[in-house]
Amino acid sequence: MTLWFVFALMTVAAIFAVLWPLGRAGRAQGQDTENQGSEVAVYKDQLAEIERDLAAGLIAAPEAEAARIEIGRRLLAAADSQPALDGRASLKWRRAAAVLALVGLPLVAILVYVPLGSPRLHDFPLAQRDRAPGMQQSLENMVVQVEQHLEKNPTDGRGWNVLAPVLERLGRYDDAVRAYRNSLTYNGESAERRSDLGEALLAAAGGVVTADAKAEFERAHALDAQEPKANYFLGLAAEQDGRKDDAAAIWRGVLAKAPPDAPWRALVQSSLARVGGGSAAPALSDDTIAAAKDMSEGDRGAMIRGMVDRLANRLKQNGDDVDGWLRLVRAYVVMGERDKARGALSDAREAVANDAERLRQLNEGLKNLGLDG
Amino acid sequence: MIAESGHYALVLALALALIQSFVPLIGAWLRDPALMNVARSTALAQMLFVGASFVALVALHVTSDFSVANVYENSHSMKPLIYKITGVWGNHEGSMLLWVSILALFGGLVAAFGNNLPLSLRAHVLAVQAWVASAFYLFILITSNPFLRIANPPIEGRDLNPVLQDIGLAVHPPMLYLGYVGFSISFSFAIAALIEGRIDAAWARWVRPWTLVAWIFLTLGIAMGSYWAYYELGWGGWWFWDPVENASLMPWLAGTALLHSALVMEKRNALKVWTILLSILTFSLSLLGTFLVRSGVLTSVHAFASDPTRGVFILLILCVFIGGSLSLYAARVSSLKQGGLFAPISREGALVLNNLFLTTACATVLVGTLYPLGLEVLTGEKISVGAPFFNLTFGPLFVPLLIAVPFGPMLAWKRGDLLGAAQRLLAAGIVALLALALVWAWAHGGSALAPPAIALAVFVILGSVTDLVERVGLFRAPFGTAMRRARGLPRSVWGTAFAHAGLGIALIGIVCETTWNSEYIGTMKPDDVAHVAGYELKLDGLFQRQGPNFREMIARFEVGRDGESLSVMTPSKRSFTTRGSSTTEAALLTRGASQLYISLGDVTNEGAIAVRIYHKPLVLLIWWGPVLMAFGGLLSLSDRRLRVGAPKPARAQPRLQPAE
Repeated sequence: MTLWFVFALMTVAAIFAVLWPLGRAGRAQGQDTENQGSEVAVYKDQLAEIERDLAAGLIAAPEAEAARIEIGRRLLAAADSQPALDGRASLKWRRAAAVLALVGLPLVAILVYVPLGSPRLHDFPLAQRDRAPGMQQSLENMVVQVEQHLEKNPTDGRGWNVLAPVLERLGRYDDAVRAYRNSLTYNGESAERRSDLGEALLAAAGGVVTADAKAEFERAHALDAQEPKANYFLGLAAEQDGRKDDAAAIWRGVLAKAPPDAPWRALVQSSLARVGGGSAAPALSDDTIAAAKDMSEGDRGAMIRGMVDRLANRLKQNGDDVDGWLRLVRAYVVMGERDKARGALSDAREAVANDAERLRQLNEGLKNLGLDG
Repeated sequence: MIAESGHYALVLALALALIQSFVPLIGAWLRDPALMNVARSTALAQMLFVGASFVALVALHVTSDFSVANVYENSHSMKPLIYKITGVWGNHEGSMLLWVSILALFGGLVAAFGNNLPLSLRAHVLAVQAWVASAFYLFILITSNPFLRIANPPIEGRDLNPVLQDIGLAVHPPMLYLGYVGFSISFSFAIAALIEGRIDAAWARWVRPWTLVAWIFLTLGIAMGSYWAYYELGWGGWWFWDPVENASLMPWLAGTALLHSALVMEKRNALKVWTILLSILTFSLSLLGTFLVRSGVLTSVHAFASDPTRGVFILLILCVFIGGSLSLYAARVSSLKQGGLFAPISREGALVLNNLFLTTACATVLVGTLYPLGLEVLTGEKISVGAPFFNLTFGPLFVPLLIAVPFGPMLAWKRGDLLGAAQRLLAAGIVALLALALVWAWAHGGSALAPPAIALAVFVILGSVTDLVERVGLFRAPFGTAMRRARGLPRSVWGTAFAHAGLGIALIGIVCETTWNSEYIGTMKPDDVAHVAGYELKLDGLFQRQGPNFREMIARFEVGRDGESLSVMTPSKRSFTTRGSSTTEAALLTRGASQLYISLGDVTNEGAIAVRIYHKPLVLLIWWGPVLMAFGGLLSLSDRRLRVGAPKPARAQPRLQPAE
């Protein structure tokens, strides 16, 4: 209610601003007209100014005389043409203006304000909102609060620990990577944190086990050879590099040591089954396959193309990976893009040209693909 | 409640402006003083309501009320307080609110201090102000409302564009707007004069100081903006002929011409038609600048707050006001009484020449700014018109103008003596030629045009000094008398001298900076040393630092000269997480009027960092010049005397003086 009261007061003040001169005019108008500047007044002031300038020695006597003559001439002309300010009061129009102020002004104000304003909404200054209990806060808001806290206290390792998995779930992989790194810095090394970081790196790279991610898994493995997550992803790395047998071996090892009720057993088993087959398409992780199942033909094609492009990019940066080159060439062949396959082939030869052993591997692999030449 | 009250206050201001738009006009038509006085009280009330609205928006930004969309989009709870306040006008909606607040402020000032104006003139002026105000209130409320709310307010804002998180934002836009909007007063006076069909001495007496105020602010605003771009953008440049910069330069050029003709108008009752036309043009160019910046037709460094949908609305305002006022001018200008007569060679004549050059220069800038836009609209081709075009057109126009500047104040009103003026300027000319020879002998490299340009600047500065010397009779009268005369000299004379000298000083800075600027661009590793213009800069190392809402990488440079350590410079790169963007904070070391300038690039994989180091000789003169001009304006403004130009009597003997 207070808001409407304030609005009413403001409106009254505005109306008063219009009505005031209308009501006041009767009494003060004669004096007003008297005080108003006119041309004549200005010329008189100018004549006085000339006298002062002359007395101060700023202008010489003949110049002052010339100026006096000019201004005098203008003064005469102005006095003749001075419009008679008789100040007629026209009550009819004054009443119309008063009605306009009393009715028109509030009407315009309401008509403009109502569609634009939100009078029911209170203010939400931040200082009050922090204290407001029981306010429904979304996950995003809580994340923002934790981030603010960490911005001020960047050494709070526990905070980074809490924040990192949430960021990952929200899809902010790069931020998650940063959070895991900070967690490692302030909480110390652990196999689990290393493999979590690796997983975030993998997610940020769109499911490809990059060199960085692989390094993290290897570090985790070195810290704790039994760490299942690191082992699983090392298997995935092997699979993505085309070393299916290695992948199978790693995963078999993981399964052998896994407790019978481990929730990730099924995942490892299905991965193992996948490498047991041996399709020509580039390797896919479980999640991506699951995602691909629901896709239309076009989307699936786009996804595969995306993965192939990522592989091509990776190889462009680091061309030592012979298996990678072979997989790329094969993928292009499967996709029916023979030109690109041939291009990749020559890139591969160029990349490994300095290394006789790798070149031999490459040529052998190509022979198996039936592509040499 | 603050948000909604602020919103409602703005709506009430619109309602008041609508009443102020025509009730006083009816009053003037009926010659009813009461109805005419409505203009005064509504203008004052309007000023209070818009002021309240602006204060409300500031309060919302300070308390980080993210239920207001404008605050959410442009603020962040952890921003330092000063940037929370300046962030109010660091965005489109808020800056438009600042624009109308200043407009209302000027209207309120005319209402409050306009007692010595004829009643009907005041009514007309305030009505015209109200037209402009109504148009912009509607624009704000309909297309750029800063008080729109978010029903479920987010907990954190999106932060202000990091480039704008600088003290420059606190000063530059308000100054610029005070300048832009200040010219609305002379516009309103011009339109009022055209409507009334008469223009008298009271008119000119009012217009001159208001124009001067606007001009001072615009001068400082442009200089400030240029310095801000120089140190914040990290390119080491200070003027880019960017359309937004041109948008502020055009009203300045037209406003400078207006200032001079308003002076003639007040002193000599002449150049009425010029003054009216320039009043209209100057404010039209201010509106054009607002359109260019606010409509998003440009994409430039200043395009931080643009939205194409708003363009049409402003374009409409632009067409109505510019088209309307020029049509009115064409229809009514013949009815204005012709003013005083003067000979071609006279102070008035010199000022007409000045107006011609300034408006032509302004026209070239206009062409260079609008031509690419027009071409893009017609053919879709995107071109940019840059420094080469302006150097070829703007430069040649300014050279004769600068040569003429010292002659102007030397000529007498009504009929002047060009030969006498030339004789008195002989000393200044000789010194300028000596300067030319000296610079030529001393300087190596650089443009052949630089020494003549410096000579020209010296001529302009010494010309102003000569004017003062002549007036006090320094070498003719005894020293004591001269000093007494100097004290008695009107402040407006000193103002003229300072403003004209400022022009020369800025020119020296511009020429030196562009010609003898030396730079080092490369990558440096810690302990590397760069040599620039005799300075040795050693990179000590790179450090990280956490700011309130950014992280910062600082490079520490030790600056030395001839093996002697001078100072430490710490340029940095700041990255702002909320916006995901970064800014370069250049480090500046001032030595006299010259500066060393370091700006950082990216860090390479090997731990080296890309740096750009400039030595800019006499670069500060570029901004001292305009500051001096503004100071001259201030001096002239503080001179409350009436301006009367005493003409030279017709039959007086020409008093030839020996050259000194």
